[in-house]
Amino acid sequence: MFKKEMICIVCPRGCKLTVTKENEEYQVNGNFCKRGIKYGISEIVNPVRQVTSTVKIDGATHRRLPVITDREIPKDLIFKVMNEINQVSIQAPVKCGEIIIKNVLNTDANIIASRSMEEL
Amino acid sequence: MNKQYDVCVIGGGAAGMSSALGAVKNGAKKVLLVERDIELGGILQQCIHNGFGLHHFHEELTGPAYAERLKTELLETNVEIKLETTVLEITKDKTVHLMNKVDGYQIIEAKSIVVAIGCRERTRHQIGIPGKRFNGIMTAGLAQRYLNIDGYLVGKNVFILGSGDIGLIMARRMRLEGANVLGVAELMPYSNGLNRNIVQCLHDYNIPLYLSHTVTGVSGKDRLEKVTISEVDENFQVKEGTSKTFEVDTLLLSVGLIPENKLLTDIQVEVNPITNGAYVDDQFQTNIPGIFACGNSLHVHDLVDFVAEESFESGKNAAKYALNQENNHISIPVKPASNVRYVIPNKIKISDDEVTFKFRVTKPMNKGLIIVKQGDSVIKEIKKSHLLPAEMESVKLNKSLFKPNSQDEIFVEVKGVE
Repeated sequence: MFKKEMICIVCPRGCKLTVTKENEEYQVNGNFCKRGIKYGISEIVNPVRQVTSTVKIDGATHRRLPVITDREIPKDLIFKVMNEINQVSIQAPVKCGEIIIKNVLNTDANIIASRSMEEL
Repeated sequence: MNKQYDVCVIGGGAAGMSSALGAVKNGAKKVLLVERDIELGGILQQCIHNGFGLHHFHEELTGPAYAERLKTELLETNVEIKLETTVLEITKDKTVHLMNKVDGYQIIEAKSIVVAIGCRERTRHQIGIPGKRFNGIMTAGLAQRYLNIDGYLVGKNVFILGSGDIGLIMARRMRLEGANVLGVAELMPYSNGLNRNIVQCLHDYNIPLYLSHTVTGVSGKDRLEKVTISEVDENFQVKEGTSKTFEVDTLLLSVGLIPENKLLTDIQVEVNPITNGAYVDDQFQTNIPGIFACGNSLHVHDLVDFVAEESFESGKNAAKYALNQENNHISIPVKPASNVRYVIPNKIKISDDEVTFKFRVTKPMNKGLIIVKQGDSVIKEIKKSHLLPAEMESVKLNKSLFKPNSQDEIFVEVKGVE
């Protein structure tokens, strides 16, 4: 039997969840509300996260431009996506929301600028 | 006297921008916003992680994106903005002494002033870590600025003292950029950070959290080489024989924030020793008429949404004061009682509108009952399923619930429910 303990992060309450799997059936215990069940199972089946970082930018107010994945990506790809982000160098100006890397590692997620930066 | 400005807001972060918006949208004709940095946004600009804005904008934004929303809104108004401008002092009769490359030294006059200058990080000095002063020990927020704005990774092998949100977020950030984060030590038996940050910043990256631990030694030559941590008992006394040593080149400190209030204390504004921010009424006005305080320079917030909301109100009230719309009601003191560390506002004027009490509990509680009292009579009771010192609580009440002609003080307390 598979068993994993985790803290639910859907709301600030932070329930201590125990997720078990027996005969292909998931069971969530320790949750205060229904949203905990959904979170607990998704954390086992397909844990996803948004990634935020910076890319090098030239000719702008600052040396780094903050970026974010525009949707969640599989957790086990985080470091690979970071590696892609770290290869990039762009030129000012840039607008908030502009795509910096399209469909990064075929995840369907784009890396987008999370602020605008003017040309110096 | 014919004042140049209705409202002068000092500080261009989330609080200052929201306050200027509050002032200009409530009738202030001439509003000046003064910011010392080269751009608006304040500390939000270095907080590149997301999770900001759920309450205010109903979506998850990064810090810079949040700042940009406020800035865009502000630039559509006629608020005058002075960047790269330092405020040297303010006076009780509401002049602002400022300095920049264009104007030189200038004294401007305003009918009301809002101080929104944020807080400062506690340093190694303030928590008394013994040892030599080599490289490699710095505050987590400073490391965040170096990394996210200037593009410098400050170390390769890192230990973090303090589990506040900035410490947790920097643990993840340094790890993502390729540093090894060997652990986070927390003096208290519980973390001071939000649950979501403990999960997404520490658990996701298998970074150990040492609760009831503190740094008891640092060593190195030119650069930090070793950090020693030890377990503490319930009185925060170090337990013998519990020390662990980590070979690291960097120690980040996330050991608390202190509201910056020198501009206010210089003119004898009364300060609350618990929050280190000014005592304010429900209009965010200090004991000096026409001088207002808001944001993290009033009390340290965990969510920028609450900063924006509160600061908008302070700007609105500053505008009302400038336009002589302020009405004089009797004000009643508001005080923290059992299990409550502090309450803001510190006094309220009884009128027909609403008041929001913001407060923090002294210890984590699984179930609790928030009680608002005036004198001995209970005004409101609210059941809560969980209360944490790391999470600011707020209770919104209609002021008509209070006794208008009574001088009985108002108390906010929390009872644990078993």
